[in-house]
Amino acid sequence: MSLLTLEGLDLRHGLLEAVRGVSLELGEGEVLALVGANGAGKTTLLRGIAGAHRPAAGRILLEGTDITRVPAYQRVRMGIALVPEGRRLFANLTVEENLLVAAQRARRGGWTIDAVIEAFPMLEALRRQRAATLSGGEGQAAAIGRALMTNPRLLLLDEVSLGLAPVAVDAVYAALRAVIAAGTTVLLVDQDFTRAAGLADRVVCMLEGRFVLEGKGSELTREQITDAYFGLGRAMAVAG
Amino acid sequence: MKGARIQRWTPASLSFTSGFGLLIVALAFVPVVMGASIVQDLTTLLILVLMAVMWNALAGYGGLVSVGQQAYIGLGAYATLWCALQGINPYWGMVIATAFCAVVSVPLSFIVLRFRGAQFAIGTWVVAEAIGIYISFDNQLGAGTGTSLSQLDRYAPSTREHITYWLTLGLTAFFVLLVFVLLRSRLGASLQAIRDDEEAAASVGVRVLAGKRILFILAAAGCGAAGAMTIANILFIQPTSIFSVNYSAFMIFMVLVGGLGTFEGPIIGAIILYFIQQQFGNDGTWYLIGLGATAIIFALLFPRGIWGMLEERTGLRFMPVGYRVKRTTTDAEATA
Amino acid sequence: MTWVNDVVQGILLGGYYGIIACGLALMFGVMRIINLAHGDIAVLGAFLMYLLLQHWSVSPFIALLPVLPTMILFGYVLQRLILQRSLRAGILTPLLATFGLSIVIQNALEQGFGPDVQSLGAQAGSIVTAAWQINSQLSISALGGLILGTAVVIYAALQLYLSRTTSGRQMRAAAEDPDTAELVGINSRAVYARATAIAIGIATLGGLALALRSTFQSYSGPDQLIFAFEAVVIGGLGSSLWGALLGGIVLGVAQTIGAQINPEWSILSGHIVFLLVLISPRGGLLTLRSRRGARSALSGAGA
Repeated sequence: MSLLTLEGLDLRHGLLEAVRGVSLELGEGEVLALVGANGAGKTTLLRGIAGAHRPAAGRILLEGTDITRVPAYQRVRMGIALVPEGRRLFANLTVEENLLVAAQRARRGGWTIDAVIEAFPMLEALRRQRAATLSGGEGQAAAIGRALMTNPRLLLLDEVSLGLAPVAVDAVYAALRAVIAAGTTVLLVDQDFTRAAGLADRVVCMLEGRFVLEGKGSELTREQITDAYFGLGRAMAVAG
Repeated sequence: MKGARIQRWTPASLSFTSGFGLLIVALAFVPVVMGASIVQDLTTLLILVLMAVMWNALAGYGGLVSVGQQAYIGLGAYATLWCALQGINPYWGMVIATAFCAVVSVPLSFIVLRFRGAQFAIGTWVVAEAIGIYISFDNQLGAGTGTSLSQLDRYAPSTREHITYWLTLGLTAFFVLLVFVLLRSRLGASLQAIRDDEEAAASVGVRVLAGKRILFILAAAGCGAAGAMTIANILFIQPTSIFSVNYSAFMIFMVLVGGLGTFEGPIIGAIILYFIQQQFGNDGTWYLIGLGATAIIFALLFPRGIWGMLEERTGLRFMPVGYRVKRTTTDAEATA
Repeated sequence: MTWVNDVVQGILLGGYYGIIACGLALMFGVMRIINLAHGDIAVLGAFLMYLLLQHWSVSPFIALLPVLPTMILFGYVLQRLILQRSLRAGILTPLLATFGLSIVIQNALEQGFGPDVQSLGAQAGSIVTAAWQINSQLSISALGGLILGTAVVIYAALQLYLSRTTSGRQMRAAAEDPDTAELVGINSRAVYARATAIAIGIATLGGLALALRSTFQSYSGPDQLIFAFEAVVIGGLGSSLWGALLGGIVLGVAQTIGAQINPEWSILSGHIVFLLVLISPRGGLLTLRSRRGARSALSGAGA
């Protein structure tokens, strides 16, 4: 049985259909990279899986259990954690408090505050600092660490490398490799296609709310990906 | 090629607007045709309509929830009294009082418009309280115990009621018309933008603060007129009653039940409140409990109010303050 | 020397204002709601104690024991039934709903208890009249000192709760970003309900303080709300929680000094100071621009 199943998921912003009829199966331990242009619906989809956005239609199943109506905070306890776009740390709390607050009702597991600091050593010095003072890379480390504190089975990452210096991205991806090695299922969104595809077992490309391309990163040609990204194939099909 | 044109007047709205005009004329003849009690009742109703329309202008179009309009109701009443004490004909005094409230609201706007939301609400309330307290110090104006507009005694009761009624009708129609004109102007469109999303409106060049200030001054003048006519209608006032926050409770009730942000809503709400007052006004506290509970229920469950819901269902709109996009099927219509 | 006495009396009065401001500030800090029924809730608490004392002649402090949990429960119900809904609906809705609630409570109290002015000072015993006579012009009333002391304890306890406890930390997180809080496993609704319950519990203490040091009647609520709001604004809306206590003290001093100039001017002086703070450059900075833009009102409570 797959860990995560999406069946015909529809997510809307008012009248705007952000995610249309998306279906997906994600196995335990799998790593999926979700790519696509801005506005394709990636963030909305991730938020839908995490429970922050109620679907207009469709179902979400976690290991066979229908969690479509389950609120976000309960999904965290069931093992789904989202690292939101832009980090969204609690600016007025210290780094340590940010980590602790996520651990309140977390699942049991290996990710304690010490384990997280070990995975992101830069955080040790920043423990007592207000989260608002962190740089981009530090913040991203803290945000991922915060999500890890809940001991997730499924880790969702939205725009991992956005606004980060390459060095910082390196550190983040190194940590992600450790997380994956530990058996966590990962669904990640990243503008940096190469890095994301390099980490992932599978790549899915989204355009205007739909999945338009799927496959192993190594199998997809640059042309296929560009077309899927910008929807050129579709436009040409319509005009022709 | 298919197109569309912008339509401001539909047959329904055209007929209704002219109907509205005829209504005003018809109402003007009421004192001639009907008895004294009807005249006084209608005066009360018209004052309610004015208050509701003004509160709606602030909250429904400007997003400004004021819990302090009673400041201007009180000021309008006391300014009228003051004019009468100086020997000016009280009816002229009412017009002066209205203008006075408009003028006073300008500096006050610079204080309270710094706030939004709840802070604005309580800010206006504090201003009303402060003004009420200040007026209650003045012995010439009757201090805390209150006083009456005895200068109107020079008129026979029925004459007084008639003149009061006509002035009320005139002022109410004037302010309703003013709101109507405002909404159809460029300011009206920008106000709707402000109400829907202030930051977005500002980013496209809408002068948010100026728009709000105009509404604030308008509402102050209108409530001032309402206060002036209240004292003409009931003759005796005292600070605690004329500056009472219950006026705000009434205004909120009327607009919430009638339809916040619609043109027709406050008028409907005023009519409803009027009948409720007639029926239950003497029940004192239970009546107010009912009003408060109704306000809560409408705020939570029926935020669009009666007219708002009606509008949604039927697309009906009598007063043409909006724009309708009408699809055209021929080029000829598109260019018409 | 009388000026010194006025300032001292003003500080003691400020203790009371600090208590009723605290609940208002907490609800605003966590939920961005200003509960227009806050003052009426304090008065409701006072009336419940009055009711108890009609049948049971004990000290009002004892009467507080059953009333406090009752009011806290009421607060919890209020949150779930009215406030939570109005949070989702829009900016105007909490204002309108709490205003309606205020009208309902005031008139229900009038209906139930009549328009008479009440006080519980008489049943409180000697503490109401005891005082420390410092010199011929300066005396500190035991009750005033007790209320001020209680205010400080309340603020300190709240500070500790927010900065040291797990649920306090959750509250600070949810106050800042309820959306993300949900994403890390925090049940924002439950947190809000807790905040309201605490705020109403503190308001009830304020009601007792009011009943002991002064009088109250069914329509006293709005005045308390205005004092509470003025205290919060003077102290700095959106800054630290302790600002509300400081603001309360400034308000108290303004009122007592105003009364020294002219007895009728006491409350008006408070209004004037409030309006002056509003006009001042700092007053402009108090306007919260957006939920996420401003520093949380609980920011001073952390670390």
